[in-house]
Amino acid sequence: MTLETWLVFSAALFCVGLCGALIRRNAIIVLLSIELMLNAANLNFIIFWRYGVNADAASGVMMVIFSIGIAAAEAAVGLALVIAVYRHFKTVNLDRIDSMKG
Amino acid sequence: MSEATQTLWLIPTLPLLAAGALALKPRDNRGAAKALSIGSMALALLLSVRALLESLNLQGDHGVAREFFNFVWLSFGAGEAGVLKLGFVLDPLTAVMLVMVTFVGLLIFIFSVGYMERDANFKQFFCFLSLFAAAMLGLIVSNSLLLLFICWELVGVASYLLIGFWFHKPEAAAAAKKAFITTRIGDMGFLLGMVWLYAETGTLLFYDGGAGCLEQGAIAALVAKSAAGGIAVSTCIALLIFCGAAGKSGQLPLHVWLPDAMEGPTPVSALIHAATMVAAGVFLVARMFPVFAAVPPGAEGGAAALTIVTWVGATTAVFAALIAVAQNDIKRILAYSTVSQLGYMMLGIGVGGVAVGMFHLIMHAFFKALLFLGAGSVIHGCHEEQDIRRMGGIKDHMPWTFYTYAIGMLCLTGLPFLVGFVSKDEILVSALHGNTGSLVSLLPFLMGLFGAVLTSFYMFRQVFYAFFGTYRGEASQAPHESPKIMIVPLVALAAALVFFSLPKVDPWGWFSGFLEGGHQHEIPTGHIALVIFLSVVAFLVGASLAYRLYFKRGIGSADAPDALEERFPEAFATLAGRFHVDELYEASVIRANAWLARMADLLDRKVWNGITQFVTQVAVMFAWFARLFDEYVINQGFDFGCRRVNDGGRVATKPQSGAIQSYLRVIGISLAVGVLLLTWGCSGS
Repeated sequence: MTLETWLVFSAALFCVGLCGALIRRNAIIVLLSIELMLNAANLNFIIFWRYGVNADAASGVMMVIFSIGIAAAEAAVGLALVIAVYRHFKTVNLDRIDSMKG
Repeated sequence: MSEATQTLWLIPTLPLLAAGALALKPRDNRGAAKALSIGSMALALLLSVRALLESLNLQGDHGVAREFFNFVWLSFGAGEAGVLKLGFVLDPLTAVMLVMVTFVGLLIFIFSVGYMERDANFKQFFCFLSLFAAAMLGLIVSNSLLLLFICWELVGVASYLLIGFWFHKPEAAAAAKKAFITTRIGDMGFLLGMVWLYAETGTLLFYDGGAGCLEQGAIAALVAKSAAGGIAVSTCIALLIFCGAAGKSGQLPLHVWLPDAMEGPTPVSALIHAATMVAAGVFLVARMFPVFAAVPPGAEGGAAALTIVTWVGATTAVFAALIAVAQNDIKRILAYSTVSQLGYMMLGIGVGGVAVGMFHLIMHAFFKALLFLGAGSVIHGCHEEQDIRRMGGIKDHMPWTFYTYAIGMLCLTGLPFLVGFVSKDEILVSALHGNTGSLVSLLPFLMGLFGAVLTSFYMFRQVFYAFFGTYRGEASQAPHESPKIMIVPLVALAAALVFFSLPKVDPWGWFSGFLEGGHQHEIPTGHIALVIFLSVVAFLVGASLAYRLYFKRGIGSADAPDALEERFPEAFATLAGRFHVDELYEASVIRANAWLARMADLLDRKVWNGITQFVTQVAVMFAWFARLFDEYVINQGFDFGCRRVNDGGRVATKPQSGAIQSYLRVIGISLAVGVLLLTWGCSGS
């Protein structure tokens, strides 16, 4: 498998996540989609590391592990926000939550 | 400086404090009113007697004993010239006036307790009386023309309050106003004289160790200068100040207020007409005598100011005495008699100097106070009746009042060798002595003599009307004697007069020696004998005329015409109408004043008002243009700008819809565009 194939795969994954985030109305699904986009980015790290000049060093993996940690923390905050929003608005439909405007 | 001089300020302060305290007391506090006012007056009397004794002690061989102390009242500049000083002076003039005013004043206060007993404003009355006494005493002790003037005006205010005490009577209110305004006309002259004096001498202190305005240096400076027409400045100042004195003392052109002042309660009449207010004018002339008597070096004849004082005095004496002949109100007769006697005092000062005038003033204060209080007692006894035609025969009903009144009356008319005779005699002697041989200079003496005949006549007429014959009032209401508290002051005053008249006492010798510091006028004995003879004749002529007309014939009824009226109806009407001076003033001064006021009103209304209106209109026009500019240029422009900014804001808020995915969408599209650009850009290069 070549670098291009992997990059197309990761771009496809990113696009799936982007479409999900843009199209779906459920806040939790949107959150899931964002995680997908994040994972597409992580995948890019791994790919460029694997096919890069210094494949023996563990730099790409380290970067991804940090990124996944941060993503976990972000997911926790995001879910907590979703729960708070649900308690307040009694819904997680993003079209109905639009009170933050000028 | 003696202690008496240092405590001199206490004498006016005591009644002043009493007046102040009374003003704060509740209205029905009669006890406090009596105690405070009479107590303060009694203390003032004691202090005055002490001052007199001290003054007698001081009397040395060298002229007049005088002590003073001055203090800085306010300072408005640097140095000696920048301070205004007030002060108090103790000299014989002050001392005798103090004792007279406090003594007579005290008796009047005591009398008032009885007279005003049923009046609702009892306390207020005593408050005013005390204020009056305080002002008068302050006037006497002051060593500064300014302080004297302040007290002078206070006397005016207090007399206004007292004359108008029964202000619910329209006559009383009018009389108070008249007294105030008339004296104010004179005071205008006084004020001008004072200002002039200050401008010339730079001080208003009377005595200041050589620097006062009555002392040698200032007088010399005053006579050396001459105003317009070659008259010495001292004469002009003296005449201006005399205007004030004439107003207060009811001298001829300004006498009209004095008889009207009878509307006040009788003790007030006694206080104003005997002891205090009217005496203030004579006192002022006596105090300022050095200015009046100042003669430019090398000038012929006497001092011009004194000559005018003499003539005004003599004219007033005869004029008022004539009017008194035809009056029927018991108090009005006394009022005109007072005006007449004040004329004598001025005459006395004019021809004979301070001692002659002041002696008559002091003696007159005693007997006129006695007469007024006696009249008050009569009015009280006759149920507030003041018309002598409705009295008669009171002698038997009110013996105490009658006998004391008789003593006062005999003093006034000049029964030989009573003290009134002596004082009037001194004036006549001086007038005769002062003549220069011509008929004109003899005239004041003759007028004085004629006045004496009239005095004798109108007083006997009054007494025959009121006290003799039968009672002509309503029979059911017989007169009654007044209460003791009113009789006591009468007896005290009468006793004082009898004491002065005792041959051994010789008040005149003592008085002139005291006041003039041992200078005795050299008057030929022939003159004295002649004047005594003529005075006795004058007294007898007046008395016998009255006796024939009013006593022998008897007075039929209250409405019968006067004996004089039967004979000379026209002359009598003129006299009864008081020479129509009031009507004359009504037609001239007052009407002119009203006309001026109307003109001023017209000027105000038409001319000034028109100009003001025009200016206003112009201003309004300008304001209107300014408003147009504001509204259509500034406001509109500003509003337009605001609206545009607002619109812009509204458009700018549109993208912020609050829908989170729309933001995400923008991010996604930008990302895609970014990627495409990067891709193509990279491949292109």
